[in-house]
Amino acid sequence: MSAAATTRTGPGRVLVAVYALFAVAATGRSTVQLSLKASEAPVPYTLSLVAALIYVTATVALVRGTPPWRQVAWIACTTELIGVLVVGTVSVLVTFPDATVWSDYGIGYGFVPLVLPVCGLWWLRQTSKRSTASPAADDESTSASR
Amino acid sequence: MIAPLVLVLVVLGVAVAVLALADVARNREPGWGAVGTLALLEVGLLVQCVLGFVALSDTDRDVNGLTFSAYLVGTLLVPPAAFLWAVTERSRWGTAVVALGGLAVLALEGRLNQIWGG
Repeated sequence: MSAAATTRTGPGRVLVAVYALFAVAATGRSTVQLSLKASEAPVPYTLSLVAALIYVTATVALVRGTPPWRQVAWIACTTELIGVLVVGTVSVLVTFPDATVWSDYGIGYGFVPLVLPVCGLWWLRQTSKRSTASPAADDESTSASR
Repeated sequence: MIAPLVLVLVVLGVAVAVLALADVARNREPGWGAVGTLALLEVGLLVQCVLGFVALSDTDRDVNGLTFSAYLVGTLLVPPAAFLWAVTERSRWGTAVVALGGLAVLALEGRLNQIWGG
């Protein structure tokens, strides 16, 4: 398995799938919100768009998986984690005119937005270890046969 | 929305998730049970898409038509996308993607019915 492919194989398959799902969901949501009722709540809708762009970036970066894209994935996941923590905290303290993906730490999406960046950062860390270690370190017999 | 069809879709979505997770537990590629149920789910979603657009054109209630249509069509993409992303990873993780596809349809189905309910 080439080092470039590691972020999208094994557990990375599931991670990319969840990121892709959120990329589509958040993009759709923010597009509808901004195109139909941007003036109602510009701040939350812009935040939804920012979240959408981060999910799209993270999805692409994790699929590519080359060293420069891994950097992009790091930045995207870190920004996402800071975003969900900051927006989550602010939304608990101040009443937003409308919800964003990250409101109340992503409660509307089963807290997946809070867990996802942690999983992303963990996975980037795991795969950076693996790409420097010997390929035999892969403990999954099924993926080792690939 | 059409209650019996929604029930069928929810049962199929749960079945896909359960069958695929059983294959994950056995460290297998998705078996015919999970893949076949995913295909049935797609057929059900196609029926829902057609009936959903008919219902939307018939209703005189205030339903957000754009969002509702986007969910009707968007949901159709989930099973094929899950299948394609799963077959290129022949391990339990590919199987987990199939399970995720079933769960994603459940979530989208919930939102679709919220939107229909207004």
